Amino acid sequence: MELVTAIAIGVLGGSGIWLLLRPRTFQVIMGLSLISYAVNLFIFAMGRLAVDRAPILTPDTPPDLAHYADPTPQALVLTAIVIGFAMTALFLVVMLANRGLTGTDHVDGDEGED
Amino acid sequence: MVHLPSHLLIAPILLPLLTAGLMLALGDRRRVINTWINVASTALGLAIALVLAWSVHHDAAPGSSAGGGAFGVYLAANWAAPFGIVLVLDRLSAALLVLTSLLGLSAITFVAARWNRIGVHFHPLFQIQLMGLSGAFLTGDLFNLFVFFEVLLSASYGLLLHASGPNRVSAGLHYIAINVVASSLFLIGAAMLYGVTGTLNLADLAERVAQVPAADRGLVEAAAVILSIAFLAKAAMWPLGFWLVPAYSAASAPVAALFAIMTKVGLYAMLRLWSMLFATPVGESGYVFGGDWLVYGGLLTLVFGILGLLASRQLGLIAGFSLIVSSGTLLAAFGLGRTALTGGALYYLFTSTLAVSSMFLLIELIDRSRLLESEFPNADDADPVPFFVDEMEPPPGTNLDEFQEALTGRAIPAAIAFLGLGFIGCTLLITGMPPLSGFVGKFLMLSALADTGDGTLSASRSIESSVGVLEWLFFGLIIFSGLAALIALSRTGIRMFWTPRDRPSPQLKLIEGLPIAGVLLICVLITVRAEPMIRYMQAAAAGLEHPKPYIDAVFSLRPQPGPSTAPVLLPPAAPSRAGEGGT
Repeated sequence: MELVTAIAIGVLGGSGIWLLLRPRTFQVIMGLSLISYAVNLFIFAMGRLAVDRAPILTPDTPPDLAHYADPTPQALVLTAIVIGFAMTALFLVVMLANRGLTGTDHVDGDEGED
Repeated sequence: MVHLPSHLLIAPILLPLLTAGLMLALGDRRRVINTWINVASTALGLAIALVLAWSVHHDAAPGSSAGGGAFGVYLAANWAAPFGIVLVLDRLSAALLVLTSLLGLSAITFVAARWNRIGVHFHPLFQIQLMGLSGAFLTGDLFNLFVFFEVLLSASYGLLLHASGPNRVSAGLHYIAINVVASSLFLIGAAMLYGVTGTLNLADLAERVAQVPAADRGLVEAAAVILSIAFLAKAAMWPLGFWLVPAYSAASAPVAALFAIMTKVGLYAMLRLWSMLFATPVGESGYVFGGDWLVYGGLLTLVFGILGLLASRQLGLIAGFSLIVSSGTLLAAFGLGRTALTGGALYYLFTSTLAVSSMFLLIELIDRSRLLESEFPNADDADPVPFFVDEMEPPPGTNLDEFQEALTGRAIPAAIAFLGLGFIGCTLLITGMPPLSGFVGKFLMLSALADTGDGTLSASRSIESSVGVLEWLFFGLIIFSGLAALIALSRTGIRMFWTPRDRPSPQLKLIEGLPIAGVLLICVLITVRAEPMIRYMQAAAAGLEHPKPYIDAVFSLRPQPGPSTAPVLLPPAAPSRAGEGGT
């Protein structure tokens, strides 16, 4: 499971970085989204991967992390998702404004030799 | 001794938030009342910040365990230290709070004259930005630092786009993309630190990092480096700082004036994190990891800033590069990690930020006065080399002969005189020339650098008592950066103010001159009364070098007993943080 998660994070992150370096704003925003997915998965993985463990305390299980999922990364990931979502929406608006003002979807606002 | 209520500690965060909410509820159309609320709230924030700084310096900080102490600790949601969210106030954060409120007040006074009519929701965004800044300086928790970074960034996106236009939108696009990526790096670094140590509380991190087994040590350092890339991108260290100049010179003047503190947030985060994670044992200076890289990065940033200064002719670019120079100087000074040097650098931080911020305000006034003259070339055009173009030849009829009658006895209009004086004042501050406080700051750093170990400047000093090559390089670059700024600014100043031309007197409102005059007055004040300020900054630097009292202060505060005394079932490690999860 660790390997699958690691590969997933790597593929998402690598594709994100590649897209981020592309010259079109749409590719950039897709890249930013993919990077934020990779980051969110990474935060999850930092709480250690576990199957069938809930982050809710039950009376008959000893309260330590060997028996429960770590709830902190889940809280962190929730915050990160919300913030990343808001930033993507904002970026989308600025991207459209830029498209309207410059007439091109190139990140620098002009086509250049590309 | 006055006993301050402990809730005063969270006031710098709550006050702007509530003000922003109030202004949103009032609606964007009531500009006059919104402006008044904004000015009043920012002034109140300044008063609170001053009280907090005073209390911290006089061992009467609110919220400390024994009813007084050099550290204010506030347990939000009343959880004990490593579990809940904690706000910590020390000398450094109090000084930066004061600086933030000062810049905020000066920018908002400037805005009141004109700028708030060109765009929507300026005032709420401005207050949210102040809230993010205060929160970033106050928080004692790594993840909360991320949240406050995002708060201040999202407000800054809106502010940068204020008054719109292709330039701003284009600069904003790059700025947002870079900052979103930097935030991702921040999250990766924070998550890695959590994965290794199991905590995000800075004080707790400091204790647990020391216990990390040697095999995991590399992970901690990798996490710190990833975090520092996010911070240094905000602090505009050389390869990461290309976004700064286009973004800041595109922003409207008061926004750029407020943004002058944003690079300092990155520096502050860097300083705090390194002080917590990699502080050396008492008696040594420097950091156990990464200090050298900060010095190299700082020196490269200085060189980049100097080259940029020498190459730019527009005032906006010059002010942007001055910020980069100041960032580079501070980074190199912090990286060396000596108390006296850091103290001097903190003093320099205060005055250089104020100077660049009022420079951004001045630029707008100067540009406006030039726009009135129809045939005068606009600074925003990509103008060719200034001194060799036909347009700079005196037009026929211009009086260049000092013996003729018309030139003598012409009164200098008050507005031009004010702009000129303000420009000279800012130039003196930015270049670090005597007699203003820029000189004091640079002198403090230079003397700390040249101090070979037998002086009396600092109680704890570097083990190697000789002054190394790096120090001399830094020494030379500090002086040379002053020279470069002087060349760039006086060249532009001559072009702005001394080109012989019949210019109509620019229209200045008193309220626009007020913030610049106020900032210069403060700089005069901290020059004349430099000693208490220097002592304060040295104490702040000493506190950074030895974080133990900070850590103890965080852990010694117990939660207030609640109305219900039923025991709460607590897992031993890391319970859920309800406040963060609900964001």
